[in-house]
This record gives sequence, C-alpha cells and structure tokens, in this order.
Amino acid sequence: MQRRDFIKNVAPVAFLGGFKISALSNMPFLNALAGASDNDHVLVLIQLVGGNDSLNTVIPIDVYGKYAALRPNIAIPESSILPLGNFKSGLHPAMTGMQSLYNDGQLAVIQGVGYPSPDTSHFRSTDIWLTGSNSDQYLNTGWTGRFLGQSYSNYPVGYPNASMPDPLAIQIGSVISPMFMSAGGTTAMAVPTDASFYNLINGITEPAPNTAMGTELTYLRAIARQTNKYASAIEAAAKKVTNQYTGYPANNELADQLKTVAMLVGGGLKTKVYLVEMGGFDTHGGQVNGGDTTTGAHANLLTKISEAISAFMTDLQMQGIDKRVLGMTFSEFSRRVMSNGSMGTDHGAAQSIFIFGDAANAGVLGQSPDFSAITNESNLPMQYDFRSVYSSILRDWFCVAPTDVSSILMKDYQYLPFIKSTACNMNYDNLNNLGNNLISNSPNPFNNSTSISFKTSGGYTLVQIFDASGRLVMIPVQQDYPQGTYTVSVDTGALASGVYYARLQNQSVSQVRTMLKVTEK
Amino acid sequence: MEPLTSIAGLTANTNAFDELLPPSPLGLSEYAGTWDLPQVTHLLKRTLFGATVADINYFKSLTMSQAVDLLLQPTAMPTSLPLNNYGTDPTGVAAWQPWLNVGLLYNDPKMNENRLNSLQCWWIGQMLNPGRSIHEKMTLFWHNHFAMDATAHFNDIPAQLWYNQYITLRQHALGNFKDLVKAITLDPAMLIFLNGNTNVMTSPNENYGRELQELYTEGKGSGSQYTQGDVHEAARVLTGHTTDLNYNYIFQPGNHDDLDKTFSGFYSNHVVTGYSGSTGAGELDDMLSMIFATQESAKFICRKLYNFFVYYVIDSRVEANVITPLANVFRQSGYNITAALSALLKSQHFYDLANSGACIIKSPLDLLIGLCREYDLPIPTAANPSNQYAVWNMLLQRASILQQEVMAIALVAGWPAYYQSPQFHELWINSVTYSGRNFYTDLLIDTGDMMNGTNLKIDAIHFASLLSNPSDPNQLINDSLNVLLRPPLSASSITLLKQTILLSGQTNDYYWTQAWQNYQANPTDMNAFTAVDSRLRALYKYLMDLPEYQLS
Repeated sequence: MQRRDFIKNVAPVAFLGGFKISALSNMPFLNALAGASDNDHVLVLIQLVGGNDSLNTVIPIDVYGKYAALRPNIAIPESSILPLGNFKSGLHPAMTGMQSLYNDGQLAVIQGVGYPSPDTSHFRSTDIWLTGSNSDQYLNTGWTGRFLGQSYSNYPVGYPNASMPDPLAIQIGSVISPMFMSAGGTTAMAVPTDASFYNLINGITEPAPNTAMGTELTYLRAIARQTNKYASAIEAAAKKVTNQYTGYPANNELADQLKTVAMLVGGGLKTKVYLVEMGGFDTHGGQVNGGDTTTGAHANLLTKISEAISAFMTDLQMQGIDKRVLGMTFSEFSRRVMSNGSMGTDHGAAQSIFIFGDAANAGVLGQSPDFSAITNESNLPMQYDFRSVYSSILRDWFCVAPTDVSSILMKDYQYLPFIKSTACNMNYDNLNNLGNNLISNSPNPFNNSTSISFKTSGGYTLVQIFDASGRLVMIPVQQDYPQGTYTVSVDTGALASGVYYARLQNQSVSQVRTMLKVTEK
Repeated sequence: MEPLTSIAGLTANTNAFDELLPPSPLGLSEYAGTWDLPQVTHLLKRTLFGATVADINYFKSLTMSQAVDLLLQPTAMPTSLPLNNYGTDPTGVAAWQPWLNVGLLYNDPKMNENRLNSLQCWWIGQMLNPGRSIHEKMTLFWHNHFAMDATAHFNDIPAQLWYNQYITLRQHALGNFKDLVKAITLDPAMLIFLNGNTNVMTSPNENYGRELQELYTEGKGSGSQYTQGDVHEAARVLTGHTTDLNYNYIFQPGNHDDLDKTFSGFYSNHVVTGYSGSTGAGELDDMLSMIFATQESAKFICRKLYNFFVYYVIDSRVEANVITPLANVFRQSGYNITAALSALLKSQHFYDLANSGACIIKSPLDLLIGLCREYDLPIPTAANPSNQYAVWNMLLQRASILQQEVMAIALVAGWPAYYQSPQFHELWINSVTYSGRNFYTDLLIDTGDMMNGTNLKIDAIHFASLLSNPSDPNQLINDSLNVLLRPPLSASSITLLKQTILLSGQTNDYYWTQAWQNYQANPTDMNAFTAVDSRLRALYKYLMDLPEYQLS
C-alpha cells in the first residue's frame, strides 16, 4: 500500500476528539442508568470570569441613595435603571434584553448569593464555586461532576450506550472545567466554539507542518479522533440543525458559544449540562467611563451578556426547544460595595445571579442589601448559600430526589423556589411575596446581649451570625419550630465591637438583619 | 521456532516516501550550528529515556561534541542482582534475596516465570537509572535486534540464562559488533531459543543460520542477496555448537560437519574450510568475517540505528547521504558501534530538526521511563525492595499493556515498530494504545498508580520547582514545554493555556505569581497548596493528553 493511501485510510469517519475517558474503551460493558437521566432537561451555565460587579448589574432602587453615596464615581443614574417587577431593584441600562425576559416571565434574579467566610482570591473562590465546597474544604470533584456521576452510575464504564449515547456534559472551549470532575474522571467533553468543528481534535491544534514531525502529528491526531466515541454523535447533531436563528450579535464571544449550545441541543444531544465562559469582569479600574457611568468596560460586558442570552432564547424558541433549557449565570464573587479611586471596584463577596428560561420563576429573590454599616473594606453578607441554588436546580430542574441532592452536595441546603413548579410538578410560594420583617433584634446597637426575634413558617429554622467580613461567628438558633414568632437572647459578650449580620433561614425564606455591637465606656 | 518466511525488513527501496517529504539534504559532516535547548533536548530524548531538567542544564553547558562523547561513555555493570519478589522459591531462596546461581537445574516452569518477572522488573530499574550514557538505551536496542521471547520458554530456558544474555548484550552494547554477534551466537539462551543446540551434522537445523543473516547481519534489503544455499551452509558451519547439561556453552566436535561449506556469489563464493575436532569451532570466525566483508552488513545495521535514533523513513537521499557514508565509517572502524553512533549523533543530519526533530513516536518504555525521569518521580531505593519492585512492576505491566514488554518480544524480528513497513513507529499507536497512554498519564497525575500499597504519582509542584522561575506563569509554561513537549506550540496556544489553566480565566499574570509565592511562604497551608497544585496538575495533564506529547 502506498503510504499516502494509508494515511487517508486511517482517518476515521468521526472527526472530533478531546475526550479522555474513552481510554476505558476496553473495559467490559456495564449497562447502568439511573435518576435524572429520565427527563430531557438541559442546564446551561454561564461563568463570568473575574468577579462580576453585581451591584451595578442588579441595582437596589429602594436604597438608591445609599448605593449612590457608597460608589459615587461609578453609580448608575437612577433614571437610567431598568426596573424589575416590584421596583425594588432594576437592571443596568445595558441589559434591555434581560429586562424583556423578566417581563416575559423568563428571568429570576437571586440576590446575595455567596458562602460563609468568603475568600477574595480569584483562584480559591472559583474552586469553591466549581466544586461546591465550604470555604475551608478541598474537594477533588465538581458539583456537576458529582451530580452526573451519581445519575449515570458506573460512569464512565459502559458509556456511551443506547440510553445515553452522548457526552453527559459539554464544555464549550478547549480545557475542561474542574466543575465536571466526578469520582470516575471528567464527565465532560470539550467542544470548540467554531461551529464547523473541523480540524480540531483536542483543544489546541497547531497546524501540522510539511515535515516528518507533521506527518506523525497528523497520524496521532487521526488516531486521537478515532478514540473519541462521541465524535460521530456530535457531528450528527451539528449537521441536523440547518435553520438556526440568524440574529445573534456579532463580535460577542458569549453569543458565539451559546449559538453552538443551541445547535447541539437542537440537534438532539441528550447532554445534560453545558458550560460556557466569558472573561473580563475583573474591573479594578475603568469599569465605567468618566462623565457617563452607563458606558464603559462593564456596560460593554453586560451588553454582551444581555444580547447573547436574548438571541439564545429566541433561537431556542425558534427551534422549539425552549422548554428544555434552563440557564444560570455566576461569577467567583461580586465586587466591593465601595468603589475605588480608579473608577473601578475591588474583589468582593456575595453576588446576584440570573436564572433564565421558560421554567424560571420570574421575580427577584432576596432583599436589597443593607448598606447601613458598610465601610471601605466590608462586603455584603450572603443571603443565600450558592449551594442552595445548586440544590434547588438539582431538585426542581433535574428532579433529583432530595436525599440524593444532599448526598451530591454533601449537606442539606436550603430550598429556593426559583424554578416553576411545573418543571418537576411541585408547588412553591410566589417569590415576590417572600419575606419582610422576619428577623429583628433589640437592643440595637447592643452591648453584652441582644434579643433576636424571628418569624418561622414552621419546621427547621436557622439563625446564623456573621461578622462584617462574612465569617460565621455564632449559630444561636438551629432546630425545628412550630409556626410562629420566637425570641432568643444571645450572649454577645465575647464579640468584638463592630458590625454583625444575623441571617434567618426557614424553608425557602432567608433574610438578613444588620446589627451593631458597641463597647460601654 | 519456525523461520520467518516473510519480513518486510528495512529496505532502501522506499520511493513511495520520496514524494511526500521535503528533501533532507544534510549528510554526516559534523554539526556546527546552534547548540541550545532544542538541540540538547533532542539529543537527550533520543539517547536516554526522557530528558531531565538537570541533564538538560548539564549538557547545555558542554559543546555538542563533548555532549555526544559523554553520552557514548559506557557505564559500569549493574551492582544489584534481581531479587526474589515472588515469595516462595522451591529451591529455598528467601524473599528479597538474589536467586542467581541457586537452583539453576531445578526445572519448574512456575519458578522460572516468577524469576523472569523479577528479572524484567530489575531491567526496568536499570532503565530508570541510565546515568548520562546511551548505554542502557543501546542495550535495549540490541535486545530488539536479537529479539527474544522468554515467556515462551519457561519449560526449557532457566531465567538465569536470560540474565546472562542481558549482561552479554550490555557488555558489547558499545563495543565491537562482530564480537557481539559471535557472543550472541554462542549465548546459551540463544542456542536453545533458535535451536542451535539441536543443530547437528546428521540433521542440520537452519533456524539460526537463517536468522543470523536475515535478522542480525544482512537483512532483506535490495542489497542483501544471500541465498537459501547460504542458509544451509551457515547451518552446517554452526553444527556442534550447543549447551551442556549445566546450560554452559560447549562445542561437540562429534556433531560438527567437518566438510567444506561453499557460499554464494553474494559472499564472493567464499569457502569455509571444514575442520574436524575442536578446530571446527573456529569455522564460525571464518564465516563471520565473510559476512562482515559484505557492503550490506554495515548498511543494514546503520539503517537500524537510523530507524531507532533518527526516523524510519529511509528514502534514496537518506540512503545516499547518511546510510552509505555511515556504513563506511562503521566498516572502516572494524565495526566499532561507538564510532558509528558518534558519527550519526554529531552529524548535521541529526540536528536538522526541521526534518528529524520531534518525529519519533515514543515507544512505551520511552514514554513511561521518560515520564518517571522527567517529572523526577521518587523511585524507592534498594533499602525498600518491596516498594522498589512494586514500582518497577507497575511500569513493566503498563509497558506490556502498551505492547512493549522486555524479554517477551513475540516475533524474532523484534518489535514491529522497528521493522514493519510502511508504518514502523506508528504501529505503537492505535485507538486502544493511544487511549491507554492517555489513561495512564491521567492516572499518574490524578491519583497515581498503586501496587502493594506503593503509590506512583506525579508531583506537579515538585516538577515546577525544578524549573527556572515557576512564579512567572510565562516562564513556567515555556520551561515546562521545553522539557515535556518537543513539537512547538504557538504563542497564542501558550497564552490560552496560561489564561485558561494557570490563571483560571483571569488576564493578569500576577494572580498566578501571587498564588505561587503564597504557597512558597506557606507550604503547609492547604489553601495555598491547592491553589497551585490543582492548576499545575491540570496543566500537565492537558499537555500529556496532547498528541504532541507522544513525539520525541
């Protein structure tokens, strides 16, 4: 055989690679399926890398004066804010697309999402969000990896198979996120944004020069493609969608990625989770333009997000797959409340996140932040643990049994009703009716003790006290109660003077009360 | 063993290649160009097992010529002996004691199998410590050349004979090729393996007589014209060379054919004069001199060296510009192996990286042993033989899964990667072995391989610490690529790797620097450790999963 023919012949039908789990191809076939694989729901995660400034994304209108005073050089003018439903908060003026989604009942906003003892390192906080760990815990698996690993038991042994012929998860890009790591290896496959998919095997692909090295590299790549058992499934899905929405914005990397996601979902992949990433949110300086704070780097980023998600939703509707997709944005943290002197913001903590899709329970969950005690170094306390968000997605979107959710997230997290009850046939309260004046304390300011009063709808009720840096310092209430209002006295003698936050959590409700400890003269 | 009836061999007649590759113009003149990282790493990866950071730095401080001279220095014989790593030995060898010279005559296939595994493990240990010499790699080269399958002979070849053969190969690996061929011809394991021990005057066995010419000295190239008659005559010359009951080589004049043996025109119609009595043993020397008088024998060996150390494509230009002059050097030196290697490894052609750089697909042993050495994995010492043999055994088993098990080469022609046209080295790689390589490198960097409680795992931080400036993400990636990856990556790819992995999507290099410095200042802090460890492991895992990583 001529060598040239040989090279030609060895090239397989499939053309896309990058998935290393196929290394287990010679293991015995074991058919094993379970759980969340039963429905056709898809989750699209949008990671905003760098730390998105939530306070200029979802702006608190009801405490606008304090907001504007704390960040005078970057505050969005009140008249420009795009109001959301209850008018307590609104969106950055660049996000008209997101406002339309809200008005169409397809957008939920969750405010104050974080975790106890927040870490302001990009690296560490990213790892915490991706793995779903505590601030002082180190996990080798990611939260979606654990979910997929549990739902598709024995994975990767015996996959793909007739019931799950497609990758469990897809990362748009070239390097697979730690989020997808399961005990059995990564559950995701990397797929490039480039919708043609050609010429790419394994993330980075350099051109093969016309040398001996190029010859061998081409051979190795051809074999690498053969080893990817999902290549033909991806190819088939990509080819199937011939009529995609043409209105995606140009020069928008998020839109490019979401368009690829829409194509793969529309093409019939059974893949459960997609992750796309967008960078540039580390806005220490020049976040806004001087003279017009509604423009600048952050406004450009938010425009891209809003336009990309808008086009994506239109595309999903056009293809008739909008009922199948739920989206979520998140970042490793938000930014400092007070702006810095460089028209920017430094690393912060709790953030607002978006949940979008037909199944989103439109509304704004959580209160506007209490700015009364904010100083230069302080961050907003969390209202909701980010794992409560994960937990509720697993329960209400992937319909995972609560006991399994606890095992995936390694703890029982508060349940939040931001997904329509129809998704998994459950019933919840209206978001906008949730929570006013559920927790208070007296006296405030206080010295050696204060009494905390809280209202519970019954069942497990939790009150935590965080210091100004977000560190959990005390848990005065942690038990089941009958419905009613209760008061507990808290010994605060050991606390240093300063600002504290008392956080109430009961069923799907949580609320934060700002308290001040002073020392007697 | 049946003679191989068809073997593609290494031939100069590969015109199909000529149209595919650009010219490789350079010949054997001594290279006088740049001597920097690419050249140093190229030389070390080809002649050792992997290129360590320490070796790269050391050889870079020499000149090219000094570097090659040093590599060609033989190393001392191993001082350790293979130990009982298998438990009960019917001849009473205690655990972790040497079994050599104990129970040689005790015929027990199971014991032989156990001892062979011990020996194979021990050989892995030798390859893990090649020093700064090509010696171990050349020993492996000759093992492939005189290929053996000990696992098919648990019944009739004691494991000790295979140890002796390793020693014989090693002893001559950098010496004189004629001496090596003679030593192997009379090697007891070889005599039994290729039936020399039953080759007697009354019923000649042509097996060794054929392989001596076809596989060991002349090959099957277009310039090799030996005939079936030559095979028969060679077998007659070899009659009487056998082994005694103690597995020692002996010559039995009574079984030797003492008539004259007449060879074909390819050997200039040479007549090996027959002698009776012990003088008959000397006919072997006459025949070997006849063989080495041909032009083809030196060319054949030089092609195999070229295939092993440079590339497998030997087109008409390589034949004319490299093989022919190299064979002249080899022949004129009296078949001094070091002389041929020196000429090749110092040549302009060898350093013509556009044509010969990064084009060898790593053999499984190159991949595995090289990986252990490049990442500087802690291999247990002789003080802890149980752990030491566990690590050696893990590597042995993995190399076997990846189709390269020492002392178990299924075909007498060697591993197909070194002779089977047209694919040669590409035969190491198929959809199963490629996945298998990725699976294993993933395993080593994720959780580590494990045997008998011994863990073999890549310490990514340790490797990064060996580099020049790990706190600078650009320098860290560049240094890492210089050691781990021979094909170049573009600047944009490097930036992507840096941003996506080391910086977790951030655009400011400082975030990595801060994380690295934080770890240096607080090495026991879990937070600081995890921040750098997880990212480095992701980086090295990614690099090892690239097809480029398989090239040397």
